[in-house]
Amino acid sequence: MSEIFGFTAACLVGLGLYGLIVHSSALRKILSFNVLGSGIFLLLGVIARRGAAAGLVADPVPQALVITGIVVAFSATALGVALIRRLDEDDEEEGEP
Amino acid sequence: MNAVYGLFAGLSALLLVVAGFAVVTRRHFAAVVGFTAFGLLLSLAWVALAAPDVALTEAAVGGGVTGVLLLSASVQMRAKMEVLPSWGVRFIAAVLAAIVTAGLMLVVLMLPDEAPTLAPAAKESLAFTGMGNPATAVLMAYRALDTMLEKVVLLLALVAVWSLGRDHFWGGRPDFDFSTQTSGPLLLLARVLVPVGVLVGIYLFWVGADEPGGAFAGGALIAAMGLLAFFAGVARPPLVGSGWLRWAVVAGIAVFLIVGFGGFWGAGDFLAYPDGLAKPVIVVIEVAMTLSIALTLVLLVVGPPGRRP
Amino acid sequence: MSSAALLILVLTLPVAGILLVVVGGGRQARGISLAVLVGNFAVAVGIGGAVCRTGRAVTYSSGGWTAPLGIQLRADGLSVVMLITAAVVALAVGVYAPNEFAVRRGGVETRRSLAFWSLLLAVSCAMNAIFLGNDFFNLYVALELLTFAAVPLVCLTGTRATLEAALRYLLFALTGSALYLLGVALLYGNYGTLDITKLSGLVRYEPGMPLWVAVALMTSGLAAKTALFPLHLWLPPAHGGAPPSASALLSALVVKGSFFLTVRLWFDTVPGQAGMRTGQLLGAMGAGAIVVGGVLALKQERLKLLIAYSTVAQIGYLFLMFPLAGHVGALSGGMLQAAAHAFAKASMFLGAGLMAEVAGSDRLDGLRGMGRALPLTTCAFVLAALSLVGVPPTGGFMAKWQLLSAAFSAGQWWWVVVILCGGLLAGGYMFRAVRPTLVEGIQPAAAIPRLREWVVLALAVCALLLGGFSKKVLELLDIGRPQITEMRP
Repeated sequence: MSEIFGFTAACLVGLGLYGLIVHSSALRKILSFNVLGSGIFLLLGVIARRGAAAGLVADPVPQALVITGIVVAFSATALGVALIRRLDEDDEEEGEP
Repeated sequence: MNAVYGLFAGLSALLLVVAGFAVVTRRHFAAVVGFTAFGLLLSLAWVALAAPDVALTEAAVGGGVTGVLLLSASVQMRAKMEVLPSWGVRFIAAVLAAIVTAGLMLVVLMLPDEAPTLAPAAKESLAFTGMGNPATAVLMAYRALDTMLEKVVLLLALVAVWSLGRDHFWGGRPDFDFSTQTSGPLLLLARVLVPVGVLVGIYLFWVGADEPGGAFAGGALIAAMGLLAFFAGVARPPLVGSGWLRWAVVAGIAVFLIVGFGGFWGAGDFLAYPDGLAKPVIVVIEVAMTLSIALTLVLLVVGPPGRRP
Repeated sequence: MSSAALLILVLTLPVAGILLVVVGGGRQARGISLAVLVGNFAVAVGIGGAVCRTGRAVTYSSGGWTAPLGIQLRADGLSVVMLITAAVVALAVGVYAPNEFAVRRGGVETRRSLAFWSLLLAVSCAMNAIFLGNDFFNLYVALELLTFAAVPLVCLTGTRATLEAALRYLLFALTGSALYLLGVALLYGNYGTLDITKLSGLVRYEPGMPLWVAVALMTSGLAAKTALFPLHLWLPPAHGGAPPSASALLSALVVKGSFFLTVRLWFDTVPGQAGMRTGQLLGAMGAGAIVVGGVLALKQERLKLLIAYSTVAQIGYLFLMFPLAGHVGALSGGMLQAAAHAFAKASMFLGAGLMAEVAGSDRLDGLRGMGRALPLTTCAFVLAALSLVGVPPTGGFMAKWQLLSAAFSAGQWWWVVVILCGGLLAGGYMFRAVRPTLVEGIQPAAAIPRLREWVVLALAVCALLLGGFSKKVLELLDIGRPQITEMRP
């Protein structure tokens, strides 16, 4: 039954890739990267759910990988946004004579 | 069974619609709002996948703190619209994305019927760690090295963000002050919600050993409360040069290292926990980690120093 | 503590250094970092000693949790060669790092001093983690650590051009690591482990389409991070625009991180199984890099950009090992190239930095008379150029020789043509870089501390010595190889 989320994950990966290619603004690329990342995490979640065994409702290892992955993705987003904000500030300063 | 299946299918469809909107809309601000909603919906999917720990982390980080972060970048470009490339480029991109999606769906269908799993192994060693929550046992014991390195990644991201400041602001405060535009309700919200949120955050971290929760979910919630306090103007971001701040952001990793090398002496291996003492030692690491995570997340959102010290 | 515990030490020592730098502020950063980098080098050599002594790979399971539940670290011949190379380069960069990153006693911490030293240590830490990792997710975290250390190094000066280069690099790197992680997820879903040793045993009996999708995703992600042609567009502005100490780290080390993982994937995880066509495709991309990078390097007017395009071309050689996999000389040639390029390129970027300091810019036509103004640096520059071109007896020559002999024994003559063409192109662009320095001319007087010049020369000599000791290095590279690579006809 968790396969349905597997398909969702595949679609999210596709959506994220599409956004990464077509967007010219870095903010939207970062956002698309987050959608892509969510797809990957969801896939790991499906894999974890399928691995339910020994009385556990899911395999905890992929779940833990996702938690670590979310932290890393957040760090990446923070760095990207900081770069974008800095470039925007520079633009504004250049705009004012 | 069918009702549950319908629920899952509906949730999936909703997720795709919202994500699709966030990716394709031309308005930046709308995209970010859409993405935040997507993060919250995604945490429901995590509940459906029997991953409450991930659900909490996703809700706090994916929907919450990441949303604030992206909003802070999109506010400046609120009026701007995305300039999309020609339809030809978009078409090629869509075909490429469709191929990848179809390939992945195929691979999902081909996943082995008898899923390989480490659940039995994780369960078997659970008693030794003294943890009741297997996900926490993976993060803090079996794969603790990953968790430690990931905390270094978080610290590095902070150094990286700080390095994007300007030289003459170094040592000063991040420019994240909304005190002039504070409204009454926001102030009230901050005064009431912040203490409650911080308590819930501490609770989340505390129960993480046995129940869903853990250092990251707890830390992220406390971070969100910190941000709310800044928004309402009841607190100011700290000076990046202050000594206590530096100690606080490295505390989690420092305790990790100390416990790690203590493991050589106490249990014969790096990051090994002595018999019967695993749980208290892990809790000590998590206390320091929750503090560092909460602070680092806040600092990552407020950005580099933007005022003279 | 056993010698296996050295693996943990080499990971945690730079981490401890980062913490001390962040807490101590940029004031003591230089002293702390240099002490850590010396220690890092000593431990790397210690691991090398342990591997040589026992003649096999040294492994360590963190917390006593063995794979697949736990994470294993593993040092084989490949790890040791790269560990020591990275330790030498990082230490050299630390000693060279100019005064702009140092703060005088009692002075105030600056943005650059805090950032540079913690990022330098982080590069060191991430490289060590990549060379020792034996678990694909642990390696993912290490790879991301490397990204977060590398991106801000690009824009340390804070100019608009470097900020844009850094953002572009970040986006490439993030897409790359996302594809890699997707592959990792598929590996876990199919095999229930991410341990390279365990996986290599499993995939032999259960290969299949999911495996190849995973390998393809991981490889393309890693290729984007390594700037393999045609995914190289982010590299020249990033490496050419960064401060020289940062460029040296980026070109010599950072791109080798994702390359090393590609080697682990192809040679250790799915050895001897990769289809002929996929290998040829990677090789073709490498060939494209050698030709396009070489031609573009010929057109540059600025020294640092020329060196950056030369990196694009030299990365191409690294990927010639994939179509030749299984033939003697392919793996060793690629790894020798990785090490020789690291020394030569670090020397060149650091040397270019000194020349630019003297001349006031890095325009090629402004470098006349450099031979007289900076004799040691110019000498190092020539040596490094010879290694990059592949003139005997340098390390660069030995690397290309190994690749050539692998191409001959595989009967794939087209790679011979590519390597020879690449050599000619490299000869051309390096001649353009070296010629003005040897022509008479007058340079403004500048006080460059001798130590910094010696560092540049020492790195170039390392590239030379690698050729002289190549037999030893080749023996070392063989330690801990899985049997299957040699079994393939």
